[in-house]
Amino acid sequence: MSDIVHPGGEYELHQFIAQAAAAGTTLEIGGRGSKRDIGRPVQAETVVSTASMSGITLYEPNELVISARAGTLVHMVEATLARNKQQLAFEPIDLGPVMGEPEGQGSIGAVFASNLSGSRRILAGSARDHFLGVRAINGKGELFKSGGRVLKNVTGYDLTRGITGSWGTLAVMSEVTMKVLPAAEAVATLVFEGLTDDVAIEAMCEAMATPFEVSGTLHLQGELVPAMEMDALGKRGQAVTAVRLETYADSIDERVRKLSRAIAEFGEPKILNDIEARLFWTNARKLQFLQGTAGSLWRISVAPRNGARLVAAITRRLKCRTAYDWSGGLVWLIVDSGRDAGATEVRRCVGEIGGHAMLIRAEPAIRSAVDVFQTLDSGTARLAAGIKSAFDPEGILNPGRMYASL
Amino acid sequence: MDAIALPEPREDIIARREEIVRKLKTLVAPDCVIDDETGRRAYETDALTAYKRLPLAVVLPSNTQEVSRVLAYCNENAIKVVARGAGTSLCGGALPQEDAIVLGVSKLNRVLHIDYQNRTARVEAGITNIAISNAVASAGFFYAPDPSSQIACTLAGNIAMNSGGAHCLKYGVTTNNVLGIKMVLMTGEVIEFGGEALDAPTYDLLALIVGSEGQFGIVTEATVRILPAAEAARPMLLGFETSKAAGACVAAIIGAGVIPVAIEFMDRPAIEVCDDFSKAGYPRDVEALLIVEVEGSESEIENLLTRIQQIASFFEPKVIRVSQSAEESAAIWKGRKAAFGAMGHISDYYCMDGVIPLRKLADVLVEISRICTEHSLPVANIFHAGDGNLHPLILYNANDAEEASRAEACGAEILKHCVKVGGCLTGEHGVGIEKRDLMGLQFTKIDLEQQMRIKSVFDPNWLLNPAKVFPLDGREMP
Repeated sequence: MSDIVHPGGEYELHQFIAQAAAAGTTLEIGGRGSKRDIGRPVQAETVVSTASMSGITLYEPNELVISARAGTLVHMVEATLARNKQQLAFEPIDLGPVMGEPEGQGSIGAVFASNLSGSRRILAGSARDHFLGVRAINGKGELFKSGGRVLKNVTGYDLTRGITGSWGTLAVMSEVTMKVLPAAEAVATLVFEGLTDDVAIEAMCEAMATPFEVSGTLHLQGELVPAMEMDALGKRGQAVTAVRLETYADSIDERVRKLSRAIAEFGEPKILNDIEARLFWTNARKLQFLQGTAGSLWRISVAPRNGARLVAAITRRLKCRTAYDWSGGLVWLIVDSGRDAGATEVRRCVGEIGGHAMLIRAEPAIRSAVDVFQTLDSGTARLAAGIKSAFDPEGILNPGRMYASL
Repeated sequence: MDAIALPEPREDIIARREEIVRKLKTLVAPDCVIDDETGRRAYETDALTAYKRLPLAVVLPSNTQEVSRVLAYCNENAIKVVARGAGTSLCGGALPQEDAIVLGVSKLNRVLHIDYQNRTARVEAGITNIAISNAVASAGFFYAPDPSSQIACTLAGNIAMNSGGAHCLKYGVTTNNVLGIKMVLMTGEVIEFGGEALDAPTYDLLALIVGSEGQFGIVTEATVRILPAAEAARPMLLGFETSKAAGACVAAIIGAGVIPVAIEFMDRPAIEVCDDFSKAGYPRDVEALLIVEVEGSESEIENLLTRIQQIASFFEPKVIRVSQSAEESAAIWKGRKAAFGAMGHISDYYCMDGVIPLRKLADVLVEISRICTEHSLPVANIFHAGDGNLHPLILYNANDAEEASRAEACGAEILKHCVKVGGCLTGEHGVGIEKRDLMGLQFTKIDLEQQMRIKSVFDPNWLLNPAKVFPLDGREMP
């Protein structure tokens, strides 16, 4: 494998990929490399990185829109927004620390290429939902655009959202445009201790069904709590169930009161104040609760009501530790045993109960051997292959990153 | 209106009409096939009434299996299929062709399952938009996207066009609120996309399908997000002497970190027509009116409205009026939601759907006025101000062919200007036939070819809603 190529801008990137397309050279596509060890290992002749393509190209706070070159650091985008009290509402997670990398190294392009949203996704939607427009180069070496810089746009097919989560296998993004929202003035969090998984999910779902715009629900099994390193969470290794409220400063107390009353059947919650709550969710966003864990890491999407049942089924065969985000709809599962990172068992249980699973962290040999992304039914697999071919007919972009055949 | 060319129908297909109808009656219950001319006339157009084409036949299947059988037969026999929800498309998205059948989903209108714990509802796709909210209202939930036609329009049509509505500033549009669908491909194959889990397991095919204007397949069922309704909501009216002041006020509200659930704009002609029609009590002596709605508890609403009033005061509003009762709130929204209908009472109109960057608002309104004056046609402006989605209504006489084609040319000029200032051709109505030939303004040949290759993945023979979305020249199709 050769050195990494760093095009300095869209023109260079376009030229480079056009040449690779003409020559049939396979390319590993990346941003700043923070997620390089996720997915199936790519076997490509050349590595291309958008890391040198950095900078905000448009920001209109009053129109809730920002554009940036794909290699721009996420935290640079967020710092720019913060100066106007705005944010990326989908709260992109930082996988760096859990992958053994420093935090804050991810690029904004990779956020959309991986569509990994944080806890606020349950209220505000995912990265995909905030993705308004893209400029990208397909595997034919053609520069194309989709969407735009306005909030509403149904002109033509939605290729912008269509390439979200495609892990660089359909096109190389050069510039992304996204919707932004005001950051909340005030934050508070209700914390329940000692709830079992199924009761915790019930509590989180009930909180989500109230009109108080709950913006995060996270349940950590007791073993994962100490890693959060927060005194306010207690130290007895009990499970913690956190429910976040974010609103205007003059509303927060009222909402805390009302929500506590609405879900009083689950006990009297401890209330994290603004500072504690912000710290808790900042830590949650970088998956601090998984720090120090060594096993394989799975990310499972499931209907919230089935989350605890799914985990119970898996843990009958495998030794696991679990956190539930999205009121039970997102399961972070550390598998401490099993030869294949638990893939056989995880896939079997997901097949029975529903949802889909992605192996986030495992040895490269395992990631090459098992399905890292959800195994597809034949109809969907055929369409996915067609989509791949429509963007990248010769298969030069990130070959094998998602599936051996894509 | 006649500027938009439609492809010549295939005479060999038309010649087989009787045989095709006979066969269709074996694939669905015979009374679900409409083949007499009077019956077919009811389906010859949609809400873009200037264009009419009599379809070969109309089929109204009752379940997914019937849809599958009909599509498989049509695919094998190269018969084109135009999907239809309630026929409320303003862009000719459901316009038939003489050599195509219309496949209507109106009989697929059941609620299948409501899951309050997951906050999802599984419904058949022909259900009306409002019926989803009605089905969950007693539990305090609602389905968020709310197109003005929500009483009539179907979820299937909303999915096809990725419909929005007045309240999508806060809650998003259709693509943000649909979690899964069951879709029948042209081959008759039935595939599930998405589901109760929040994210896609592979490529986000659902994101591609929503907004594909009935060109990928026929959606027969969907799982949608349902949301808990706010404790209360209240609109206020802000009247200004100029559109510029109103536009600047919208920008200032958003810039101050307040996202109302809706910000709607009307200019003076629109105010008068809507108020006459609905008796909403809108102020009549202002040039621009904003309806700003906020949600929350009573005290939260008070606080937010006070903040908004303080911001608005910098722009010297002539009128600030907060709704004082549920009846008044309903009247305020009735006026807005009935705007198109009200306009239809006084004149034929041609409704545009361009989107612009908000800071260009005042300039664009001046330009719209200039374009309409140049075409000697009156215009009323109604739009979703928070997201810059304009709905200029160009008034014209549909019985005057010359005036009708002038209206069409006028509309195209307006949309060109929207693209020129950084916006787009359509924010929520879709491309259909109406904006098909303008796509080159917004997209390059390469952009369009990339889209068309996706179309070919789902429908390689280009039989679904074929004359729409892409200019007829330069298509990559068989």
